Amino acid sequence: MNKTLIIGATSAIAIATARLWASDGDPLYLVARDVGKLEATANDLKTRGSSQVEFQVMDVLEHSRHLAVIEEATARLGGLDRVLIAHGTLPDQAACQADIELSRRELEINCLSTFSLLTHLANLFESKGSGTIAVLSSVAGDRGRQSNYLYGTAKGALSLFLQGLRNRLYPSQVNVITIKPGFVDTPMTDTFPKGLLWAQPERVAADIYKGINKGRDIIYTPFFWRYLMWVIKAIPEPLFKRLSL
Amino acid sequence: MPKTSTAFPLGDNHRSWGRYPKTRQQGIPIRWGHHRLPLEPEDDRRALPFGAGRSYGDSCLNDGGILLETRHLDRFVDFDEHTGVLRCEAGVLLSDILDLFVPRGWFLPVTPGTRFVTVGGAIANDVHGKNHHRAGTFGCHVPRFELLRSDGSRLLCSSQENPGWYNATIGGLGLTGLITWAELRLKPIPGPWIHQETIRYDNLQDFFSLSADSDTAFEYTVAWVDCQARGSSLGRGLFMGGNSCDEQHPAVERPSGLKLSVPLDPPISLINRFTLKAFNTAYYHRQRSPRRTTRVYYEPFFYPLDSISNWNRIYGPRGFLQYQCVIPQSNGPGAIKEMLKRISARGAGSFLAVLKMFGAKPSPGLLSFPRPGVTLALDFPNQGEKTLQLLDYLDEVVVAGAGAVYPAKDARMSRKSFQHYYPQHEKMQKYLDPRFSSSFWRRVTQP
Repeated sequence: MNKTLIIGATSAIAIATARLWASDGDPLYLVARDVGKLEATANDLKTRGSSQVEFQVMDVLEHSRHLAVIEEATARLGGLDRVLIAHGTLPDQAACQADIELSRRELEINCLSTFSLLTHLANLFESKGSGTIAVLSSVAGDRGRQSNYLYGTAKGALSLFLQGLRNRLYPSQVNVITIKPGFVDTPMTDTFPKGLLWAQPERVAADIYKGINKGRDIIYTPFFWRYLMWVIKAIPEPLFKRLSL
Repeated sequence: MPKTSTAFPLGDNHRSWGRYPKTRQQGIPIRWGHHRLPLEPEDDRRALPFGAGRSYGDSCLNDGGILLETRHLDRFVDFDEHTGVLRCEAGVLLSDILDLFVPRGWFLPVTPGTRFVTVGGAIANDVHGKNHHRAGTFGCHVPRFELLRSDGSRLLCSSQENPGWYNATIGGLGLTGLITWAELRLKPIPGPWIHQETIRYDNLQDFFSLSADSDTAFEYTVAWVDCQARGSSLGRGLFMGGNSCDEQHPAVERPSGLKLSVPLDPPISLINRFTLKAFNTAYYHRQRSPRRTTRVYYEPFFYPLDSISNWNRIYGPRGFLQYQCVIPQSNGPGAIKEMLKRISARGAGSFLAVLKMFGAKPSPGLLSFPRPGVTLALDFPNQGEKTLQLLDYLDEVVVAGAGAVYPAKDARMSRKSFQHYYPQHEKMQKYLDPRFSSSFWRRVTQP
């Protein structure tokens, strides 16, 4: 029984992952913005076998509430073994290029809010001497590209932060897991034409579930993104800057 | 890297299971049941809910219009361990229910021949299964559901609340609004095993006498017919009866999870006169003894074709047409005989021909297909005009026999035939959502 807190719990990837935990009977604490979505998700997870499902409405931009919500989750579940952070948006790159305020806001959502949550969670798990922190980053954070470098910046910074945190928490036996999905067919990408590289959230969730159980550090999902990004990262910058990616 | 397209253009990526006809429509995913329908007031196109796309013809298609994709409405809401009533969203697949509830000792009250259909689709087509003679249709076990209309209103429907809407929506082909969630009465089972008896029978007369004897002995019955047999063997086949098996751990193996698939479209139909003859003869003679008793896992018993994904591709790019009719008991033997004769006289044949007796339990559905009598289901590779003519020729027999043809499997019945089979369609008018329509509905109601 892993007592699990999920931030951004109504995102498609979080729901698909939570269903796997629910079938194991794990107690779950869900955090998201929309109470209707939270209710529907909580009922679903309860029916699927979760021994306890609680939820709380919160916007991740309310940094001042982060600690209280984490403490509330810990109290309601009677402890905390595992956290999945899955909230995020896909910024409109073109709009961000014209508006720094929009860029700042996107970085607040996709990067700074997560740093805030991670700071509280790291201290909690460090003092406890166990636990798992799994965070949704993205392959987009592996290299900056003109088509979505604002999103890439947020996810790249997040990946780097998690790398440092993993290093820091290793002696405390806390697992820090960076999840890097490729293209996933979710509401965030509803308007994109889908091709061969696209994966369903259930596939990504199965990889996250297995990766967390095995204590992996970095999960590329589906697996081929590890090799694809290895190639993309290996392209020399003088050549890369000429590509339209 | 993908670029943003203009949101959801008309596309050809929605097909019905028969892959005929080919239509173009805009798909819009419905993600949350508590949201309003995404229909713009200035948009004059019509919409239709689209679940798993397992209807065979055009009842799940909406050429030039919008399809409201319900596959993301896949959440369970509540399960009552005491009454067996499951509440779930309309896009939940029957396979999702089985995966979760068979290990807990519960089963679907009624199931069609595939488990990859949505609950909403099962209600909209008021599907039936091998236990129709006892349990009636799927809709008989749906005490309540919520209907979301294009004007934003939500109707709680049951036999007590909004009964007119309840009756019009069961078997209502998705035209009354979008079902957001439904309640379904599951039934307790001792285990996942079925005690099956397979009886080889020699002709149509034997089928009717076997049915009369067996429908009381078996919870589930169905017969496969050798469509190639003629003369005194006309209608011969294998009659299958099944009951839930009380033994918890019978000495048979659970089938492996091996999945077969038809990975691509063959350029022509693999089903033709020669393969049909070979298959039908082999299938009939597969069983040497006249009567065989086995214990089988529920999946191959109820869903033999589900183990081959995309089996519909074997008919090639032109697709295939299903034909299922029901004939009242008194006209049944004569009409079925006449239809089998007409099929074999035209050198046509059906890969899978299925016969079953429907029972007398009435469905709440206004436009529901099943009624007491004998039902025959056939499928034919689409050979254009030739196939359409044959099916019109079969319609003559069904009309004369006071029967009906199943909309969920139809892509071609004439307006006249439909209105003859379903005189109650006029009562549907006041329940239709003004922003909803389907290719099927326009075909059978508009001049």
